[in-house]
Amino acid sequence: MARASQRNRVKPGDIVVIEPEIVLSHDNSAAIAAIFQQLPHDRVKYPERLAITLDHAVPPPTAKHARNHARIREFVRQQGIANFFEVGRGICHQVLCEEGIIGPGMTLLGADSHSTHYGWLGAFSAGIGRSEVAAIWATGQLWLRVPETMRIELTGKFETGVTTKDLTISMIGRLSSDGATYMAVEFDGDGVAGLSPDSRAVLTNMMAEMGAKNACMAPDEVTWRWLSETLRRTRPEDHVDRLGFFRGRALFPDSGADYALHHHIDLSEIEPMVSCPHNVDNVQPLSAVATRAVDVGFIGTCTNGRLEDLAAAAKIVRGRRLRRRLIVIPASSMALRDAADAGYIADLIEAGATIGSPGCGPCMGVHQGVLAPGEVCVSSANRNFRGRMGEPDAEIYLASPAVVAASCVAGHLIHPADLSI
Amino acid sequence: MTRTRHRVWKYGDNVNTDVIFPGKYTYTIETDTAQLARHALEDLDPSFASAAQRGDVIVAGRNWGNGSSREQAVKCLIAAGVHAVIASSFARIYYRNAINSGLLVITCPELVAQVETGDEIEIDLDAAQMHYSGRAYSFPPLPEQVREIVDAGGIIPYLRAKAREQ
Repeated sequence: MARASQRNRVKPGDIVVIEPEIVLSHDNSAAIAAIFQQLPHDRVKYPERLAITLDHAVPPPTAKHARNHARIREFVRQQGIANFFEVGRGICHQVLCEEGIIGPGMTLLGADSHSTHYGWLGAFSAGIGRSEVAAIWATGQLWLRVPETMRIELTGKFETGVTTKDLTISMIGRLSSDGATYMAVEFDGDGVAGLSPDSRAVLTNMMAEMGAKNACMAPDEVTWRWLSETLRRTRPEDHVDRLGFFRGRALFPDSGADYALHHHIDLSEIEPMVSCPHNVDNVQPLSAVATRAVDVGFIGTCTNGRLEDLAAAAKIVRGRRLRRRLIVIPASSMALRDAADAGYIADLIEAGATIGSPGCGPCMGVHQGVLAPGEVCVSSANRNFRGRMGEPDAEIYLASPAVVAASCVAGHLIHPADLSI
Repeated sequence: MTRTRHRVWKYGDNVNTDVIFPGKYTYTIETDTAQLARHALEDLDPSFASAAQRGDVIVAGRNWGNGSSREQAVKCLIAAGVHAVIASSFARIYYRNAINSGLLVITCPELVAQVETGDEIEIDLDAAQMHYSGRAYSFPPLPEQVREIVDAGGIIPYLRAKAREQ
C-alpha cells in the first residue's frame, strides 16, 4: 500500500490515496459506465489498468442481460480497453490469474466482493463498490484505510478427504462472519507449502466471508511453478518477461511484523465441515448433519470451480449414478478444457451431471440452476444467504466439491468415504 | 439547532446484502429509484418497502451489509427514503459504499441496544451525538477526508465539485 500510494511507510489506521495497478469489473461494467458518465471526464485515465470480464450472466439468459453485455462491449471499444474477456472465458478472479494480468506484489481493486482472491499469488487486492470504480476510472485513485493484520499460522497436513474449503468454513465458524472486518488476513506457517495452487485460492477468496479487506500469502515455489506453467500457455509471447516482472515485484512479510491478532491452526485437526442455511458462519461438522436430504448439487464458482475441484468430483462419481441433479460449471475455459482432456467431464456426464458454460452460474440466483421454493442445495460456492440462489425459502449448504458430488450420489449430505459401492 | 428527528426500523445482526437487495435483480435494476425502493429489504422484512417513510432510520446489530459489493444495497435504502443506518458495526464494503453514495452510516452499539422499531431518535451530526429517551449517545466522527465525501453527497458529486473548482 505504501508503494501504491507513493509513500515510504504506512501504518494501520492511516487513510491513504492509492493508485491501483488493476481495476476489475464484470457484468456490472455498464452500470459503472453510467456512473462514470456523470463525471466530467470523457476518457478513462489509465485504460491499460482496467480489466473487464463478462462472467455473471453468461451466455445472457434474457434480452435485458444481452443488452447489458452489448453496452459493455461498446464501452470497451470506445475506451480502448485491452484486458477484456468475453462470455465463456470464465470468472473474473480465475481468468485474471490465468492471464497473468495480476501477480505477486501488485495491487488490485475490484467491483466484486471476492476480490480478496488474488492474495493467493501474493498480491494486495480488495473489493470496492461501483461508484468507487467509476471514480478510479476517472482519476486513477481511491482512498483506503490501511488495515490491521490478522496472522493465521497453518501447520501440519490435512487428513485424507479434508480440503481448504473445510478449513475456511471451520475458521469462519470459529471467528464468525465479521471476525476479520476491515483487516488484512495473512496466511503463513509450514502448512502452506503442502497446499496446491487451486486450493490456496479458496482460502483468500473466502476471507471475504469473514469480513476481511484483503487476504494474502507470500509466493513460494508452488506459486512460481503455477505461474510459469500457466503463463506459458496464456502468454506464449511474453511469459518469461512477465514472470521476471512478478519476481521483481514480489513482497514478503517483514520479520518481527506487528500483528493485531494471531491464530494457529493445525491442519490435521480439521474435519469435513458444512455451512448451514442461511449464513456462512452457521457451521457444523459434516458428521453432525450427514443425514440431511438434498435435491440438487452445484460445483463451480470462483471459490471451488477449478481443475482440482472438477477432478475431486469426477473421482467420486466415476462408475456411479447420481441420485440427485448435479450442476457443474467450470470456473474458466482453461479449467473446462483441462477437465475434458483429463476425462473428468466425461465421468461427470456419464454419472448424470449437467455441465454449464464457464462463469458464475447460479451462485447469485440469476440463471443456470436457480432453486425452487423449499429446495435444498449442496454447493461448493461461497455464500448461502437466504434467497441467494433463487427463492427465499430454498436452503443452501456449503461444502467441498467432493462432498457435493458424494451427496448427489447418496441423495443426502455425506462424506465421500461413507459412500457404499 | 441541528437536531433531526427520525423513526426507527430495528433489525438484528449479520443482515446481508442479499436480503437488503436480492442478487436476482442486480443486473436488471440498476438506477430506477422506484424499482430500487420497491425491492428494499424484500427478503428480510416484506412490510418495509410499502411502509417506510422519508427520514426513517434503520437501526441494526453487528455486521450490517455483509456479503456482495452491490451498491444497490445502499441505493435502495436511499431510494426508500432512509436517512441513516445506525449499527453496532458495518461490513467493510457496505460502509464504503454508503459513504461513497452519500448514505449516512453511524456506528453506535450503545444506542442499538436501547431502541426498537417505531421508536423516535434524534441525530445531531455536528455534535456527533444521538438522543433517545432523554439520554445522549456519542459516536465517533468520520475522518476529515471521508467527511468531505459524505458532505458532498457521495464520491461522484465530490469529484464533480472538484472538477468544477479546477
